Amino acid sequence: MTAMLEITEQLVTISAVIALAAIAAAILMVLYRLLKGPTQPDRAVALDLVAINMMGVAAILAVMLGTQHLNDVVLLIGILAFLGTLAIAKYLERGVIIDRDR
Amino acid sequence: MTEIVSIIANILVILFLLAGAFFIVSAAVGVVRFPDLYTRLHASSKASTLGVSCILVAGFIYLYSAHAIVSGKMLLAILFIMLTNPVSAHMLGRAAHASGIKPFTKNRSDAYADAMKNQRMKSE
Repeated sequence: MTAMLEITEQLVTISAVIALAAIAAAILMVLYRLLKGPTQPDRAVALDLVAINMMGVAAILAVMLGTQHLNDVVLLIGILAFLGTLAIAKYLERGVIIDRDR
Repeated sequence: MTEIVSIIANILVILFLLAGAFFIVSAAVGVVRFPDLYTRLHASSKASTLGVSCILVAGFIYLYSAHAIVSGKMLLAILFIMLTNPVSAHMLGRAAHASGIKPFTKNRSDAYADAMKNQRMKSE
Protein backbone atom coordinates (compact mmCIF):
# COMPACT_ATOMS: atom_id res chain seq x y z
CA MET A 1 0.00 0.00 0.00
CA THR A 2 2.85 2.38 0.79
CA ALA A 3 4.47 1.53 -2.54
CA MET A 4 1.23 2.42 -4.30
CA LEU A 5 1.13 5.75 -2.45
CA GLU A 6 4.65 6.54 -3.64
CA ILE A 7 3.69 5.59 -7.21
CA THR A 8 0.70 7.94 -7.16
CA GLU A 9 2.79 10.76 -5.73
CA GLN A 10 5.29 10.36 -8.56
CA LEU A 11 2.37 10.28 -11.03
CA VAL A 12 1.11 13.57 -9.57
CA THR A 13 4.50 15.16 -10.26
CA ILE A 14 4.63 13.72 -13.79
CA SER A 15 1.10 14.87 -14.62
CA ALA A 16 1.88 18.36 -13.27
CA VAL A 17 4.82 18.54 -15.67
CA ILE A 18 2.59 17.28 -18.51
CA ALA A 19 -0.04 19.91 -17.74
CA LEU A 20 2.62 22.64 -17.59
CA ALA A 21 3.95 21.57 -21.01
CA ALA A 22 0.39 21.51 -22.40
CA ILE A 23 -0.28 25.03 -21.15
CA ALA A 24 3.01 26.21 -22.65
CA ALA A 25 2.00 24.74 -26.01
CA ALA A 26 -1.43 26.40 -25.67
CA ILE A 27 0.16 29.79 -24.97
CA LEU A 28 2.41 29.37 -28.02
CA MET A 29 -0.60 28.56 -30.22
CA VAL A 30 -2.49 31.57 -28.87
CA LEU A 31 0.55 33.81 -29.48
CA TYR A 32 0.27 32.91 -33.17
CA ARG A 33 -3.26 34.31 -33.17
CA LEU A 34 -2.08 37.31 -31.15
CA LEU A 35 0.55 38.19 -33.74
CA LYS A 36 -1.42 37.34 -36.88
CA GLY A 37 -5.05 38.08 -35.92
CA PRO A 38 -6.73 40.04 -38.72
CA THR A 39 -8.55 42.55 -36.55
CA GLN A 40 -7.98 44.23 -33.20
CA PRO A 41 -10.70 42.29 -31.25
CA ASP A 42 -9.04 39.03 -32.33
CA ARG A 43 -5.87 40.18 -30.60
CA ALA A 44 -7.91 41.16 -27.54
CA VAL A 45 -9.42 37.66 -27.35
CA ALA A 46 -5.97 36.08 -27.65
CA LEU A 47 -4.52 38.34 -24.94
CA ASP A 48 -7.39 37.45 -22.60
CA LEU A 49 -6.74 33.75 -23.20
CA VAL A 50 -3.00 34.17 -22.50
CA ALA A 51 -3.81 35.80 -19.15
CA ILE A 52 -6.24 33.01 -18.21
CA ASN A 53 -3.62 30.40 -19.10
CA MET A 54 -1.18 32.21 -16.82
CA MET A 55 -3.64 31.64 -13.96
CA GLY A 56 -3.41 27.92 -14.72
CA VAL A 57 0.41 28.11 -14.76
CA ALA A 58 0.41 29.69 -11.29
CA ALA A 59 -1.95 27.00 -9.95
CA ILE A 60 0.23 24.18 -11.36
CA LEU A 61 3.32 25.79 -9.84
CA ALA A 62 1.49 25.82 -6.50
CA VAL A 63 0.96 22.06 -6.92
CA MET A 64 4.58 21.40 -7.91
CA LEU A 65 6.12 23.51 -5.15
CA GLY A 66 3.56 22.65 -2.48
CA THR A 67 3.12 26.19 -1.20
CA GLN A 68 0.05 28.26 -0.50
CA HIS A 69 1.73 31.57 -1.30
CA LEU A 70 0.90 31.36 -4.99
CA ASN A 71 -2.87 31.57 -4.41
CA ASP A 72 -2.65 35.35 -4.15
CA VAL A 73 -0.85 35.33 -7.50
CA VAL A 74 -3.72 33.39 -9.09
CA LEU A 75 -6.32 35.85 -7.80
CA LEU A 76 -4.23 38.89 -8.77
CA ILE A 77 -3.63 37.68 -12.33
CA GLY A 78 -7.37 37.01 -12.67
CA ILE A 79 -8.38 40.46 -11.47
CA LEU A 80 -5.80 42.25 -13.66
CA ALA A 81 -6.82 40.21 -16.72
CA PHE A 82 -10.50 41.02 -16.17
CA LEU A 83 -9.88 44.76 -15.77
CA GLY A 84 -7.53 44.87 -18.74
CA THR A 85 -9.95 43.03 -21.01
CA LEU A 86 -12.78 45.32 -19.91
CA ALA A 87 -10.70 48.42 -20.67
CA ILE A 88 -9.66 47.08 -24.08
CA ALA A 89 -13.28 46.21 -24.91
CA LYS A 90 -14.52 49.70 -23.97
CA TYR A 91 -11.72 51.28 -25.99
CA LEU A 92 -12.56 49.17 -29.04
CA GLU A 93 -16.25 49.94 -28.73
CA ARG A 94 -16.23 53.72 -28.42
CA GLY A 95 -12.65 54.98 -28.49
CA VAL A 96 -12.83 56.24 -24.92
CA ILE A 97 -12.39 54.24 -21.72
CA ILE A 98 -13.92 56.54 -19.10
CA ASP A 99 -16.96 58.50 -20.22
CA ARG A 100 -19.63 60.42 -18.34
CA ASP A 101 -22.84 59.74 -20.19
CA ARG A 102 -25.75 58.66 -18.06
CA MET B 1 -6.77 3.84 6.11
CA THR B 2 -5.33 7.28 5.60
CA GLU B 3 -3.08 5.87 2.88
CA ILE B 4 -6.14 4.80 0.90
CA VAL B 5 -7.57 8.32 1.24
CA SER B 6 -4.25 9.81 0.09
CA ILE B 7 -4.14 7.47 -2.91
CA ILE B 8 -7.68 8.39 -3.92
CA ALA B 9 -6.88 12.09 -3.52
CA ASN B 10 -3.76 11.72 -5.67
CA ILE B 11 -5.74 9.94 -8.39
CA LEU B 12 -8.32 12.75 -8.31
CA VAL B 13 -5.51 15.32 -8.61
CA ILE B 14 -4.07 13.49 -11.64
CA LEU B 15 -7.47 13.28 -13.34
CA PHE B 16 -8.28 16.95 -12.75
CA LEU B 17 -4.83 18.11 -13.92
CA LEU B 18 -5.00 16.11 -17.15
CA ALA B 19 -8.61 17.17 -17.83
CA GLY B 20 -7.68 20.83 -17.29
CA ALA B 21 -4.69 20.53 -19.62
CA PHE B 22 -6.89 18.91 -22.28
CA PHE B 23 -9.51 21.65 -22.12
CA ILE B 24 -6.92 24.45 -22.19
CA VAL B 25 -5.20 22.92 -25.24
CA SER B 26 -8.57 22.49 -26.98
CA ALA B 27 -9.38 26.17 -26.27
CA ALA B 28 -6.07 27.21 -27.86
CA VAL B 29 -6.70 24.97 -30.88
CA GLY B 30 -10.15 26.54 -31.24
CA VAL B 31 -8.72 30.06 -31.08
CA VAL B 32 -6.19 29.21 -33.78
CA ARG B 33 -8.43 27.19 -36.08
CA PHE B 34 -11.90 28.80 -36.01
CA PRO B 35 -12.67 31.07 -38.94
CA ASP B 36 -14.36 34.00 -37.23
CA LEU B 37 -14.07 36.27 -34.21
CA TYR B 38 -17.33 35.14 -32.64
CA THR B 39 -16.54 31.45 -32.93
CA ARG B 40 -13.07 32.12 -31.52
CA LEU B 41 -14.70 33.90 -28.60
CA HIS B 42 -16.95 30.86 -28.09
CA ALA B 43 -13.92 28.55 -27.88
CA SER B 44 -11.86 30.89 -25.73
CA SER B 45 -14.43 31.78 -23.07
CA LYS B 46 -16.09 28.45 -22.33
CA ALA B 47 -13.31 25.89 -22.78
CA SER B 48 -10.66 27.92 -20.96
CA THR B 49 -13.04 28.59 -18.05
CA LEU B 50 -13.58 24.84 -17.63
CA GLY B 51 -9.88 24.03 -18.01
CA VAL B 52 -8.60 26.55 -15.49
CA SER B 53 -11.40 25.58 -13.06
CA CYS B 54 -10.30 21.92 -13.30
CA ILE B 55 -6.67 22.87 -12.61
CA LEU B 56 -7.65 25.01 -9.60
CA VAL B 57 -9.75 22.14 -8.19
CA ALA B 58 -6.70 19.87 -8.59
CA GLY B 59 -4.56 22.38 -6.72
CA PHE B 60 -7.11 22.63 -3.91
CA ILE B 61 -7.32 18.84 -3.47
CA TYR B 62 -3.53 18.45 -3.59
CA LEU B 63 -2.85 21.19 -1.05
CA TYR B 64 -5.48 19.70 1.27
CA SER B 65 -4.36 16.07 1.02
CA ALA B 66 -0.58 16.42 0.90
CA HIS B 67 0.08 19.54 2.95
CA ALA B 68 -3.11 19.90 5.06
CA ILE B 69 -3.70 23.40 3.76
CA VAL B 70 -7.30 24.47 3.19
CA SER B 71 -6.85 27.27 0.69
CA GLY B 72 -10.10 29.12 0.25
CA LYS B 73 -8.43 31.40 -2.27
CA MET B 74 -8.37 28.60 -4.85
CA LEU B 75 -12.14 28.18 -4.52
CA LEU B 76 -12.51 31.97 -4.57
CA ALA B 77 -10.48 32.04 -7.79
CA ILE B 78 -12.84 29.46 -9.35
CA LEU B 79 -15.87 31.56 -8.36
CA PHE B 80 -14.15 34.69 -9.65
CA ILE B 81 -13.22 33.21 -13.02
CA MET B 82 -16.73 31.81 -13.47
CA LEU B 83 -18.16 35.28 -12.75
CA THR B 84 -15.77 37.40 -14.80
CA ASN B 85 -14.93 35.34 -17.86
CA PRO B 86 -18.43 35.46 -19.43
CA VAL B 87 -18.62 39.18 -18.68
CA SER B 88 -15.36 39.92 -20.48
CA ALA B 89 -16.34 37.68 -23.39
CA HIS B 90 -19.66 39.50 -23.67
CA MET B 91 -17.93 42.90 -23.63
CA LEU B 92 -15.47 41.80 -26.32
CA GLY B 93 -18.24 40.43 -28.51
CA ARG B 94 -20.28 43.60 -28.18
CA ALA B 95 -17.24 45.76 -28.93
CA ALA B 96 -16.47 43.67 -32.02
CA HIS B 97 -20.06 43.99 -33.21
CA ALA B 98 -20.04 47.74 -32.63
CA SER B 99 -16.81 48.11 -34.57
CA GLY B 100 -18.42 46.45 -37.55
CA ILE B 101 -17.04 42.91 -37.73
CA LYS B 102 -19.42 40.62 -39.58
CA PRO B 103 -19.96 36.92 -38.83
CA PHE B 104 -18.48 34.67 -41.49
CA THR B 105 -21.81 33.14 -42.52
CA LYS B 106 -23.22 35.11 -45.41
CA ASN B 107 -26.85 34.05 -45.56
CA ARG B 108 -28.06 34.49 -42.00
CA SER B 109 -29.50 37.75 -40.76
CA ASP B 110 -27.89 39.74 -37.95
CA ALA B 111 -30.44 39.47 -35.13
CA TYR B 112 -28.55 41.74 -32.75
CA ALA B 113 -28.34 44.56 -35.29
CA ASP B 114 -32.09 44.21 -36.01
CA ALA B 115 -32.90 44.36 -32.30
CA MET B 116 -30.73 47.45 -31.85
CA LYS B 117 -32.45 49.11 -34.82
CA ASN B 118 -35.92 48.33 -33.42
CA GLN B 119 -34.95 49.70 -30.01
CA ARG B 120 -33.59 52.89 -31.57
CA MET B 121 -36.77 53.38 -33.62
CA LYS B 122 -38.90 52.79 -30.52
CA SER B 123 -36.98 55.30 -28.45
CA GLU B 124 -37.22 58.04 -31.09
